[in-house]
Parts: sequence; structure tokens; C-alpha cells
Amino acid sequence: MIQTLFGTVEQEPSLLEKLKSGVQKTRAGLVSALEDALQGKKEINADLLDELESTLIASDMGVRTTEEILERIRQRVERHQLNDAAELKGLIREHLLEILQASERAPAHVAEPPAVILVVGVNGSGKTTTIGKLAARFKSEQRSVILCAADTFRAAAIEQLEIWGERTGSPVVRQSPGSDPSAVLFDAVSAARARKVDYVIVDTAGRLQTKENLMAELQKMARTAKKVIPEAPHEVLLVLDATTGQNGLEQARKFTETSGVTGIVLAKLDGTAKGGIVVAIARELDLPIRYVGVGEKVDDLLPFDAEKFIASLFEI
Amino acid sequence: MFDNLSEKLQRVFKNLRGEGKLSAENMESALREIRMALLEADVNFRVVKQLIENIKQKAMGEEVLAALSPSQQVVKIVHEELIKILGSHESKLRFANEPPSVFLIVGLQGSGKTTTTGKLARWLSRNGHRPMMVSVDVYRPAAREQLKVIARETGQPVYEGAAEEKQPMELARAARRESANSGRDVLLVDTAGRLHIDDQLMGELSELKEQLNPVEILFVADAMTGQDAVKSADEFHKRLGITGVILTKMDGDARGGGALSIRHVTGQPLKFVGVGEKFDALEPFHPDRAANRILGMGDILSFIEKAGEAIDQKQAVEMQRKLIENEFTLEDFRDQLRQIRKLGPLGSLLDMMPKVGMLKDLKDVKIDEKEIERVVAIIDSMTPRERDNHMIINGSRRRRIARGSGTSVQEVNQLLKQYAQARKMMKGLSGGFIGRKLGKMKMPAGFPFGNMPGM
Repeated sequence: MIQTLFGTVEQEPSLLEKLKSGVQKTRAGLVSALEDALQGKKEINADLLDELESTLIASDMGVRTTEEILERIRQRVERHQLNDAAELKGLIREHLLEILQASERAPAHVAEPPAVILVVGVNGSGKTTTIGKLAARFKSEQRSVILCAADTFRAAAIEQLEIWGERTGSPVVRQSPGSDPSAVLFDAVSAARARKVDYVIVDTAGRLQTKENLMAELQKMARTAKKVIPEAPHEVLLVLDATTGQNGLEQARKFTETSGVTGIVLAKLDGTAKGGIVVAIARELDLPIRYVGVGEKVDDLLPFDAEKFIASLFEI
Repeated sequence: MFDNLSEKLQRVFKNLRGEGKLSAENMESALREIRMALLEADVNFRVVKQLIENIKQKAMGEEVLAALSPSQQVVKIVHEELIKILGSHESKLRFANEPPSVFLIVGLQGSGKTTTTGKLARWLSRNGHRPMMVSVDVYRPAAREQLKVIARETGQPVYEGAAEEKQPMELARAARRESANSGRDVLLVDTAGRLHIDDQLMGELSELKEQLNPVEILFVADAMTGQDAVKSADEFHKRLGITGVILTKMDGDARGGGALSIRHVTGQPLKFVGVGEKFDALEPFHPDRAANRILGMGDILSFIEKAGEAIDQKQAVEMQRKLIENEFTLEDFRDQLRQIRKLGPLGSLLDMMPKVGMLKDLKDVKIDEKEIERVVAIIDSMTPRERDNHMIINGSRRRRIARGSGTSVQEVNQLLKQYAQARKMMKGLSGGFIGRKLGKMKMPAGFPFGNMPGM
């Protein structure tokens, strides 16, 4: 069962399989490296811990999370609760799962449609593609969708969204390039309410989190949505490129401050050997990961589930 | 650019200060701090390992120089090692003997290839070339459309090709013919983004390389990429033999550790950095300056270069004379403000300044460009006589000026008060640090921008 804005739906049986193949690279990177590091080692010594540290850092998990894991291991070794290298894998797995589960949170329930989903992120993180996949997912759940082309800045962004609109059979509300994104949003949300559409997915222009005026524009968009529907936006999804390093934390922090991010979409996870930034974000910002993009096909967006994510990392 | 890293390293060296000598112990803690700072800046962990090893070797082997404190000595070593890794000289683009020179622009999805293609075309045309662009990305929705729009906005030509053409190779070949026929000397080929594991698309790139015989294969890398940056760059390099790297999105707060790492792993130079959303926001990469920036020494060279472009020498000398003789009028002040504005957004200028010593508070300064506009408007509303001698501006003149400039009497008062103060201050400043460093760029401290802390 997975939680959606409108309640729960049956999960497709192949989810674990798909996630597994999607994060194959991550597994190859993190877990295999861990296994390599632990291979044939019996004793937990400084060398082994050094190797573990490199492995964890190479996954973009961040220096702090890595230190925390290592500290826990050291403590247990000191207290003689742990003396076999073979147990390390389980310990690390347990720790990662703890971090990811602590930030899990059900999305806000929407009593009356439309649910407004604002999709934000830095340039090139994969917002528009994620929106296309989200639309396809909602459609497959028999929900109606309107796409809102509020990226009026980037060249051909509107056209790109329209192509996704055609592919998924969702109408696109648009204006001309350069127009006020809040105005487009207003139109889209009003139209969705009038037509009783379930979801409005709003594409916003990519912006670096350091550009204060652009961040203010996002705030304005949220305010505009509230004018039509007081509870909107029901969900603000921050799309992060899975190859992002420690700057991902800064992105999550600043976008949360200005536009009230409620969840993370980790895009392009299939292309990378990492994915560790998910752990760093969950740990430091307490934000749930909502979806994971694991491929270029339209159905390659999967709901995130901490347990399954870790399971797919550790079970072959 | 690398601000966050600079800060951290500075803290390390602050802690080192006061220690009399470089010893194994104090080096150990410094190295640990340097290592953490580099890792948090996304420098690849293998590169960090080697960098630390090199720094250690050098620091230990080095005679303690009487002239330098231990911290200065470590800074010097780190600086040298950073430059070694970033590349010791700035590297130029190569061109074919027989035009058109083909440049392949490659990279991961979302790294910024298409925007960079547009910026590069504009840069080339500003530097005496006649570029043409073509997009062979037949996969991403509206990718070719995007380059067309960019071409329109930058005023650079693009080979559009038939919309139904789905063969990248055909598009590229036709574009090359078109470039040759229309006397274009560089063809920029914007390729489809890919995840480096994608064999099929990699194969397509190899084929493009074989057929087009490009002189430059430029790998576009996102400054925000983490430990994976090296891996993908390395993979592209192995498959294609890249000739250079363009680092994008350096205007954010990414620490850009990838910059260090890619150069080190592929041995290929960084050629450009993308520093903004506008099409002129592309700069050649200067390794020495980047190393300076990492260490918080600022990028004075870029600043002076920029200032040199915008400021008229003769005027500057005249200004200097006036300042010294205290003949600096409101009119001169307005001219100066206008020149400062020609330099571009003030925020990006401030970014180039070193954030150490007396200027360390600069990073918290938010400059209100509107404020400068307002000041210029107020001065514009004065009569020439008033500008020449501010003492004659009485109450009714102030009211008139406020009305004329759409401001309030309070704002006019404030400007006049600050101007009087600045005149007084400037006499003292003309021999000071900024005066010597920037000569012609003398700015009355704190004056045009309202409150600058610490100045």
C-alpha cells in the first residue's frame, strides 16, 4: 500500500524489483564497496574503518553522517558488543534505515480536489521530466491531471511540458514565454477547480537557491495558489539530481525556508553510483523522500519507501 | 566561487596561528581540518587523499622560513598544491587549420549543455569568430526548440534542420556543410544529455566524433555534482577523449570541489566557468585565480580587469586629482556611480573581493541597486550650479529636487549629509589601502550603498 494525497492505493507487485534494478548502480557503488572492504576481514581495526569511511564518503552521504556511523561502530567495539567485521554491514544498514524512517511522513490528505503540487528545484535537476512521470502515475490511478507551465523563463520549457501533456493526455495551462508565473498558476488552479480536476502539477523555472529574488517569486506563487484554495499548495516537491553532492543539503535547506518544501524527489538515480545525499538530507533536514526517478521511461518514477530502498541496496 | 571552502581553511589557519613551529602534531590537526573542508566541498576523496599526502610531504620537508609564520607557510603550500591540481596555466580553445572547427558539447543530463552552447557561441563571436550552432538532441522533448530560442536571444545562427530529421549524424553533417557554405569558422554541436551508463548514446557520441573530427570535445559539468563528478567525467574521457571541461552553475553556493577533481582525474583542463543565467555569464577559467579564491585571497585580478574594461583612464586620473584637492562635486559623484554601474551587477563584483581583514564583513553586504538609481535621480534633478556647490541647496531647493526625482526631502537630506561626510573622509582615504590597490576605482567607503558594516 502506498500513501497518496487521496488515500492509499494498492502497490504494484513489481515495485521492489523495479527499485532494485533502478538502484543497481547505487548498490554496485555502496554495498559492493562495503562488501569489498569487509571481505575476508575478521578484525575491526583502524585500516578497516578508514576504508569504510572512504566508501561512505564516496556515496555523498556527507562527512557528518559518516562520522556518526563510524563513531557508533567504534563505541560498540570498545564495549565489546561488536568484534566481528561481518556484523558491520548489518549495523550500517540498521543505522541508515533509522535515519530514513525518522523522516518518513504521510502527505497531507486532500478532502476536496484539486490537490496543488508545486515542483521546484535548481536548474537541470529534472523537474519537467519528473512532472511528466508524475502525471502518468496519477493517470494510471484513474485521476485527472492539469499541468501548469509556470516555467516561463527557460527557452522552450513550455513546449517541453506540452509534449509531456500530449504523452500523458493531460491538458496544459500556459501563457506566453516571459509572462508572470503566478498568473499562469492562478489560471491553472482556477481551471482545475472549475473542472473538478484531481491534481494540478505546477512546473516552475529552475533557480539556484542563492538567487533571492527568484526564491521570492516562489513564495509569491504559493500565496497565489492560496488565494484560490486556502490549503494549497498541498505538496511542494523539491527535485534533486541524485548526482548532487553536499550542495544538495543547501538546496533542500534554502528551498524549504522559502517555499516550504514538503518532500523530495530524487531524480536520475539510475545514472549514478551514489544516492547517499538522500541520507544526509533525511538526517539533517528531516524531509521525507517521496519519489525516486530510476529511468527514462514514463513509468520510471517510484514511490520512495525507506525499508524497500535499503532492502534493495542490501539484498541481491 | 569557492567561498565556503575559503572560510573553512581560514579557520584552520587561525587555529594554527600562535603555534611557533610546524610540528608533526599541529600539522596533523591542520591536515585533518583541510581534509574535512575539501571533502565537504565535494572534492573527490581520492584526490583529497593525494592532495593531503602532497601537502604533508612538502610541509614536513620544508625548512621553517624565518620570514613566514607556520600558518602562512601552510597556506603557501596548500596554494601551490591547489594550483598544481587546477592546472598551472589558463588554457585556450583550439581551432582547426581548415574551418569550420567542430566543437562537440557533451555531458550528463541537466548539466547545462544547451545554455552553455549559446553562451559559448556568444563568447566566440565577441572574440572574433563566426560560430554556428546545431542541436543533435533528438531525444529530449523540445531540446532543439530550446537551442533555436537561445539562438534568437543571443543573435547567433543555428542550423535548424528538418523537424522530422531524427538522425543526429545527418543533422550534424548538414550543419557542417551549412557552416562551410556560409563562411562560419566554428560549429558548436549540442549533443543529447546522457547518463554515463548508457552505452547506446555513448556509441552515438563516438560515431559523431569519428565522423566530424572535432578539435574540441568539451565536457559540461555541473558544479553541484558530488563524488560522482569524477566518475562520469572519467567515463566520458575514456570513451571519447575529452579536450576540456566547462563548469556550470558556479554562481550558486556550490563549493565546486568537482572542479579540482575532474582536472586531476582526466588531466584535461578546465576552460570556462558559467556564472549566471544571462548569456554573457561565461568566463575563461583561471587556475591561479581559482586557487586564490579557494584560500580567500579574493579575485582582485578579475575585478581589476573588469574595472579596466569599464573605466575611462583619463577620467580616472582627473577624478584622482579632484579627490586629492577636494574638488569632488556632486556631478563627479554621479559620474562615478554611473561608471560603477557599468561594471555590472554589484553583487558579483563584491564576490570577487577578498573576504579577509578589513573587508571580511563584505560578504554580508547586500547592495541595493535601486538605491544607486535613486541617488543618481536625485543628482539629476539638481541644477548644474547646485551640483557644483552643494552649499547653496536650501530648503525650497530641496523640496524641488525631491519632487523632481520622485523622492522625499528626507532622502535628499540624507544624500547631502553623506556627501559632505564622504568629502571629508575621502581626503583621508586617498592614500589608503583601496586607493593604492585600485587606484582609479576609488569608492567613497560606505557612501553610495548605505550601511556597510565594518567599513
